[in-house]
Amino acid sequence: MSGANRIPGAGRLTPAKTARFVFDGKSYAALEGDTVASALLANGVHLVGRSFKYHRPRGIVSAGAEEPNALIGVERDAARKQPNVRATVQDVFDGMKVISQNRWPSLAFDVGAVNNLLAPFFAAGFYYKTFMWPKQAWKHVYEPQIRAAAGLGVSPTEDDTDHYSSRYAHCDVLVIGAGVAGLSAALAAAKTGARVIICDEQGQVGGALHYDKSVTIDGQDGFTWAQGTAASLAKMDNVTVLPRTTAFGYYAQNFVGLNERVTEHLAKPDRKLPRERLWQVRAKRVIIATGAIERHMVFANNDRPGIMLASAARTFLNHFGVAVGRQVGVYTANDSAYEAAFDLKRAGISIAAIVDSREQPGEGVLTEARSLGIEVLAGHGVVDTGGKLRVSSMSVARNGGGSSRKIAIDALLMSAGWTPSVHMFSQSRGKVAYDFETQRFLPGTYAQDCLSVGACNGTNDLQATIEEALAAGELMSNASGFTASEKLELQGANAFDWTGGMAGAAEGAGPDTTVKAFIDFQNDVCAKDIRLAVREGMHSIEHIKRFTTNGMATDQGKLSNIHGLAIAAETLGREIPKVGLTTFRAPYTPVTFGTLINHSRGELFDPTRKTPMHALEEAQGAVFEDVGQWKRAWYYPRAGEDMHQAVNRECETVRDVAGIFDASTLGKIEVVGPDAAEFLNLIYTNSWDTLKPGRCRYGIMLREDGFVYDDGVVGRMAEDRFHVTTTTGGAARVMNHMEDYLQTEFPHLNVWLTSATEQWAVIAIQGPKAREIIAPLVEGIDLSNEAFPHMSVREGRICGVPTRLFRMSFTGETGFEVNVPADFGPAVWAAIYERAQALGACAYGTEAMHILRAEKGYIIVGQDTDGTVTPDDASLGWAVGKKKTDFVGIRGLRRPDLVADGRKQLVGLLTKDPKVVLEEGAQIVADPNQPLPMTMIGHVTSAYWSENCGRSIALALVAGGKAKIGQTLYVPMPDKTIAVEVSDMVFIDKEGGRING
Amino acid sequence: MLLIYCPYCEEERSELEFRQAGDAHIARPTNMTEMTDEDFEAFFFLRDNVKGLTFERWRHLNGCGRFFNAARDTVSDKFLTTYKAGLPRPDLGTLRPATEATVETYEATESDAK
Repeated sequence: MSGANRIPGAGRLTPAKTARFVFDGKSYAALEGDTVASALLANGVHLVGRSFKYHRPRGIVSAGAEEPNALIGVERDAARKQPNVRATVQDVFDGMKVISQNRWPSLAFDVGAVNNLLAPFFAAGFYYKTFMWPKQAWKHVYEPQIRAAAGLGVSPTEDDTDHYSSRYAHCDVLVIGAGVAGLSAALAAAKTGARVIICDEQGQVGGALHYDKSVTIDGQDGFTWAQGTAASLAKMDNVTVLPRTTAFGYYAQNFVGLNERVTEHLAKPDRKLPRERLWQVRAKRVIIATGAIERHMVFANNDRPGIMLASAARTFLNHFGVAVGRQVGVYTANDSAYEAAFDLKRAGISIAAIVDSREQPGEGVLTEARSLGIEVLAGHGVVDTGGKLRVSSMSVARNGGGSSRKIAIDALLMSAGWTPSVHMFSQSRGKVAYDFETQRFLPGTYAQDCLSVGACNGTNDLQATIEEALAAGELMSNASGFTASEKLELQGANAFDWTGGMAGAAEGAGPDTTVKAFIDFQNDVCAKDIRLAVREGMHSIEHIKRFTTNGMATDQGKLSNIHGLAIAAETLGREIPKVGLTTFRAPYTPVTFGTLINHSRGELFDPTRKTPMHALEEAQGAVFEDVGQWKRAWYYPRAGEDMHQAVNRECETVRDVAGIFDASTLGKIEVVGPDAAEFLNLIYTNSWDTLKPGRCRYGIMLREDGFVYDDGVVGRMAEDRFHVTTTTGGAARVMNHMEDYLQTEFPHLNVWLTSATEQWAVIAIQGPKAREIIAPLVEGIDLSNEAFPHMSVREGRICGVPTRLFRMSFTGETGFEVNVPADFGPAVWAAIYERAQALGACAYGTEAMHILRAEKGYIIVGQDTDGTVTPDDASLGWAVGKKKTDFVGIRGLRRPDLVADGRKQLVGLLTKDPKVVLEEGAQIVADPNQPLPMTMIGHVTSAYWSENCGRSIALALVAGGKAKIGQTLYVPMPDKTIAVEVSDMVFIDKEGGRING
Repeated sequence: MLLIYCPYCEEERSELEFRQAGDAHIARPTNMTEMTDEDFEAFFFLRDNVKGLTFERWRHLNGCGRFFNAARDTVSDKFLTTYKAGLPRPDLGTLRPATEATVETYEATESDAK
């Protein structure tokens, strides 16, 4: 038996197909196709959680995605735990483990429930008022306590072992929702040959047909018709049917995000399958058929377990075969709830009474109720309920007051009417319009190529819905260029037309009352909280929402928003549309981070770029560091060496013998064309006309505001061809910068730019023995100092492959940079490495490179400069062409602040204690004894231990720095103040002779 | 994610391929060195940050690589038209959309909701 409340013959599940699951340690039976909610109800379990703020016992309110209360944790294993799952949408699978949330030590006895007794102190906005003082208490007392008490479920502590997939899709017509309206629209669209995608959040299509058993379409039972229609649609080549797929976000130009739950309902999912799939659909036209959501009644103690929406009870009975009670009361302002009572009565359930707040219920349902022998109390209200962990009674009174009558019940169904689901329409930036007659917000002005049909468009009548949907399907297909060969017709019939509905507080929960009449179950917001917010001066619905947190829970107020709005409007004495409606935002229902992050995690989070020599360097023992997306060899430790020792050895070896370095990550741009030199004249501060082919020059590039943007060595290969290098990090933006000026400011110049960063492998050989290392490998280039001086470039061959060989240095030593086509990089590296080893040289990494360049005072743009540094500030004023009449930044450089005295200038710092290494980023002051806050006059940009200097060295930006050379400044640190002497920027080989060796 | 029509590729491509590049129709003066500080300030630093119709530069970065201009509505995010760099501003009499104020702002919610 799959639960004592399963009604034989009722529902659509197969009694023989059972599954077992565990809820809070207790094992229960379920049927295949059950949701956790239906299975718990079948077993008579109504209490499933505790409310967020007051820890009140809570049950299942709905049977669908709008569920505010029944949030559970679902666990497959230690890594696959999902908190805050709505029990009404999670299918049961065999062996499933379900836990309740927000209770301790147990669901039935929850210590936190003391909050309910303290409720008078927890009025809306109490956080804002209560925890203001004493000041220190927030950090040490209030915040930790509130954090411990807050939240619902517990997030898993292990990495998610599931994977998620992503798919882009294009279609002519996307249909959101597969109820009567959605299926009819999809059918009409599909028949025209248009490419159609139809999605529905539920496991089976049908929408309201899940509960409304009275519907027939073309003489067929509605739900059966829906399944048949979906099956025949799925067979068509031009149609994709996606069940268990929620359209959660509607973005610009009909771009709709869908979340397909692929394995969430399976007991033992194939681990090859993704858990969820993100669909990013671009649709020419969208048909929104998202139906309507039933509202609850707002009355005193309307939150006890067993009190639920009428349509939910109908779904549990007609689809799952579960009776939600044996003695059921109904409280409604709307005809639709009557049909729930009728269905239950016919299934043998006793209906205690239908309490209708209206004096005049619909004629049809009233007559039917009488014939079924159900007592109808028109013009009455439920003014209170009883029962601790489940509702046991309702107190009913005549509208306007008087004595109340207590009626014993074990479930109470409620309906205040239906709220059209305009979420998708509103997310599409369409403007809703308020319909005074039916008190509903309906689609008004459309902003995108979409159309709403059925209940979400305010269409109540079944046949009208079908016709509207068929017409929409055809119309939207026509707009996409498809036409129907024949006109589709479908005939629908149902039992009753529904009238009625109300928004706001019901009898006994009006303005003068202090009862707990909940409007937002999940955030424990009552009608009186909205009134308090208005009294405290919140007049905008957006402020009321934030003050009370109404509609801010995970259900985003699907039940509560209209009630909150109506109460606010009543309190403010304004009409509902004058108070406004809060904005609907994505996602419609919660989407897992896994789906959104998708493949972009771990190694796939960001592309990894490796140089051609990466594998060799790895084999040679390199430790790598991340530089942007690049992996760069950081240092090459030998047995027993730590990083410090390895770097010191590398630095010493380069200056004593030589070192080889992978410089392939440097940005490289080939600038070609008759106007190439003129173009570079405009892009760089330097002058390029005078640079002869075969020579190189260090160039500085500014932004138009005059600040240093990038630097690098440029070699002139021919009159019309330059080999430009940029910083590693600047490669892409420099290319963009050049293209921008070439295309839009200097389009008259005949120049081509080609990024060549990944086409060249670059090996730097630096040190006294650099020439000796490469000499035997190079053909066709005279390497002598006279024929090939510093800052030259030659083309020839190395190891038999073509090379652009640069004579240049970023260490101050004799240096060469070998450029070879990327594919030859490893072979050439291997050959050079072998030569280097034989001569006592070594490979060095980026850490040694940084130290070696700092020893010479060579700056790194982006480390020693920060976007506010001029060439002069960096002692690079010599590189600015004084006779030039234009280059990017020429005017910016002359701005008053850029030529003013006292600018921060790059200088060297020598700590008084040579063993102390400064921290990069540390602030510099002139007087260490001044009171806080001190006047900071600069900061350290680079700081290293220099084994070659036998002491620490540093570069720093200091206000008026060049004039302070020789002076003592101070670097205050948390534990000590470090005295430093300002120096020039060159710490080794000040004469610069070694570079020409 | 927007679809953007590249006037060089002559087709709509995904926003992922494009990069916004600031305001359009701001020509770099040829007499840079003769500009006053005020003129330079106006040229380089001052921008309007328009609510509504704006002209801006885009680059089809992960496509043809070309810079082009676009007329876009900053309220609705809609592109009214795109056109090649160097062309004058198009006549917008026919392009200006009937944009309605959003209801997301406090001012809007305080007044009549649409």
